[in-house]
Amino acid sequence: MIRFAALFDVLDRTTKTNAKVAALADYFREAPEPDRLWTIALLSGRRPKRAVNSTELRIWASEAAGIPLWLFEEAYPIVGDLSETISLILPPATRTADRPLADWIADLIALTGQPADVRQAAILDAWDRLTTPERFLFNKLITGGFRMGVSQGLMTRALSQATGIEETALAHRLMGDWTPTTTTYARLVQTNDPASEGSRPYPFALATALDDPEALGAPQEWLAEWKWDGIRGQLIKRPGAFALWSRGEELITDRFPEFAPLADFLPEGTVIDGEVLAWGDNAPLPFAQLQKRIGRLNVPKKLLTEAPAHMLAYDLLEQDGEDLRPLPLSDRRARLDALIAGLPQLPLAISPAVSFDAWPALAGLRETARDRGAEGLMVKRLAAPYHVGRKRGDWWKWKLDPYTVDCVMIYAQSGSGRRATLFTDFTFAVKDGDDLVPFTKAYSGLTDAEFGEITNWVKRNTLEKFGPVRRVPPVQVFEIAFEGIQASSRHKSGIALRFPRMSRWRRDKPVSEIDTLDNLRALLP
Amino acid sequence: MGARFTGPKIAATARFLGSGPGQTASYLSDMVLSFTDRGIFCEAGGFFIDPWRPVDKALITHGHSDHARAGHRRYMATEAAAPAIRHRLGVKVDTVAFGEVRRIGGADVSFHPAGHVPGSAQIRVEVAGEVWVVSGDYKTEPDGLSEPFEPVRCHAFISECTFGLPVFNWQPQAAIMAQINAWWAANAAEGRVSVIGAYSLGKAQRILANVDPIGPILTHGAVEATNRVLREQGLRLPDTTWAGPDVGVTPGALVVAPPSALGTPWASRFGPSAQAFASGWMALRGVRRRRGLSQGFVMSDHADWRGLNDAICATGAERVFVTHGYTAPFRRWLADQGYDAGVVETEYEGDDAEDIEVIE
Repeated sequence: MIRFAALFDVLDRTTKTNAKVAALADYFREAPEPDRLWTIALLSGRRPKRAVNSTELRIWASEAAGIPLWLFEEAYPIVGDLSETISLILPPATRTADRPLADWIADLIALTGQPADVRQAAILDAWDRLTTPERFLFNKLITGGFRMGVSQGLMTRALSQATGIEETALAHRLMGDWTPTTTTYARLVQTNDPASEGSRPYPFALATALDDPEALGAPQEWLAEWKWDGIRGQLIKRPGAFALWSRGEELITDRFPEFAPLADFLPEGTVIDGEVLAWGDNAPLPFAQLQKRIGRLNVPKKLLTEAPAHMLAYDLLEQDGEDLRPLPLSDRRARLDALIAGLPQLPLAISPAVSFDAWPALAGLRETARDRGAEGLMVKRLAAPYHVGRKRGDWWKWKLDPYTVDCVMIYAQSGSGRRATLFTDFTFAVKDGDDLVPFTKAYSGLTDAEFGEITNWVKRNTLEKFGPVRRVPPVQVFEIAFEGIQASSRHKSGIALRFPRMSRWRRDKPVSEIDTLDNLRALLP
Repeated sequence: MGARFTGPKIAATARFLGSGPGQTASYLSDMVLSFTDRGIFCEAGGFFIDPWRPVDKALITHGHSDHARAGHRRYMATEAAAPAIRHRLGVKVDTVAFGEVRRIGGADVSFHPAGHVPGSAQIRVEVAGEVWVVSGDYKTEPDGLSEPFEPVRCHAFISECTFGLPVFNWQPQAAIMAQINAWWAANAAEGRVSVIGAYSLGKAQRILANVDPIGPILTHGAVEATNRVLREQGLRLPDTTWAGPDVGVTPGALVVAPPSALGTPWASRFGPSAQAFASGWMALRGVRRRRGLSQGFVMSDHADWRGLNDAICATGAERVFVTHGYTAPFRRWLADQGYDAGVVETEYEGDDAEDIEVIE
């Protein structure tokens, strides 16, 4: 654990990619194999089963620290991180122990399902044997949400440096539903066994934002298609396996039972990249409809009829068990077209190409994206292979400009984590007659310097405090950008925004000139 | 107890609402000090302590800008705090020795070491046998430079609580100085300059007085000016060189600068550098990361959780008012411990105050 804490410390202290990769590569060369395996797992979003819930942790930590629980709860939002709060509040450890990371995790896994007193005794014993930085990480193992400022891509690069195995091959091997309890470091990283593919997905290709389409050259070298606003997914049919993966590498097969019939009709060894959408009358429904189904393990019948799922296919990654990714997009699309054309009526269709002969014409079509239920266009090079992750140059997303609204800040709340001592979470209002109606919150879009400035202002202009929330005079005007708007019975304003963020601090604009609720209602679809 | 303190609390918070009643609100007879929109006021003595609006007579605990402000007619401070106040504000300061009792109007006033920075004081005010103490800013651990904190027995104690939450627990100064020494040595070995951000009055000299001088020490103008003031009053600091425009790349040097200089072109003038901030806030990972710092040293001139609790206990006070910091939870904690505790809203800024200093 000391070595792991040292690794974390290096990763946490630098923003330099090369330094992070070098530290990780060293760790992958030197740490015991079970620790390497767990580190790969943690950095790819896998974590041990939760043995202790956060309420128990808070209670046990405040008891151990000799403070009342309410005081712990006051300190937590200031620190902004539960694991860190606990590590800071506990009395110093009385013993030391340099045990491997994997051993601590094995202990944690063994605690699941044990009676509370057994788990409490074990956790208190562990805290008493760990230094403050180790405690922080130990708590993170329990609470999950392990972020070390290292993307899966960087981790894969480091592992590649340490093992000499090619990065793209490693990226693929690390996909899927393995856990450190079902495999070993050697099996996961060092063996290349096509038979073990099962339901393992390919790494998703990602696009870069497009500013100037003219710079892309001849239009005929490019495929344009709508950028659908749903859940990017990978549909896999292999011998003994049928799976739908989200881009976040979550297995979501069971959430969308509509796709089950596809298992009977798709040929073995087929992998499709596409967008899962809620589907109405031959067109996608707004994302809000799909959102109702996200996070529900069992989908009620009502939702299945109101918002049936449908996939629009973008790409064919595997056919007859053959990896098609090196082929040019034009070939893959032709095969995808033929494959889908041969299927009976199913909730699967190809995402149609948008034909165009000049970039200005495509720009004109892009303006109609919202009417079609899309958030813009994708532009992909027809000669390009299917890349691993985000590779600049071949895949571009050309999104619509967001909607904007000018409004006034009325409440401010401090952030968490890195932003714990700043006011960063604001509630905004628009005018409705003589009243101000709160209609959205936003957390992002300002620079650190601007957040610092607004924080000072909030501190000096607080009218009322409600726990962590401060009411402030309606003075500060902001422009909020957002991607979509829906009627909502759950909000006082009657509307809900999609992806709201602060696009500008309008110091030039008086409150008298902000937008009205009617301005917003006019944007409703 | 709650109702007893309603008066002063409203008077102090009213300025937020823009309808402040001024300083003439009525107070209970045993209130040696009252809380007005200009600052902490002693009616019997006709003076204010660390006021934030211009007044006739101001008693100043120490020279930090949120406590010692310009615009008052008369100033009083300790002999050791006065030079920095004169230097910063360009005002005349009437001085008093630690422990010396002055009769001001109907009040007996004395200054006692607060251990925050050189010369910093708690101010004791006695009126008709009732003793109140204003802590100013304080820390309980001796720092080898400031006059060590002395608890003062009193009936009511007005305490800062900048770090009044149990997550703030300082390590001993020796441990932090060992970290700073090791950091400087490691940077020097790799040919880097070590730039440390420290408030120019107090923290900077605390580091200078305790650091192991393994190489040249350069100082920012704001730090050097304070060094000069403190050296003139007899404090011993190692040799430092003002990092003026003529000073260029200096591998292996330690550069002491106000925190606001970190990350600026000024801080990169001396060659490839490692930059760090010495502050109690560095205890929080989120704060360190927000400032984009690879290194922070958890060193504060304010009392930590234990220090605050010990200091308050040592006063023997039954009544405690808490000012700048985590006032609401700290007040409730004190009430739980049996104190008659209240909150006073002030315009002191805790450890952020010196953070906004301008760069030369």
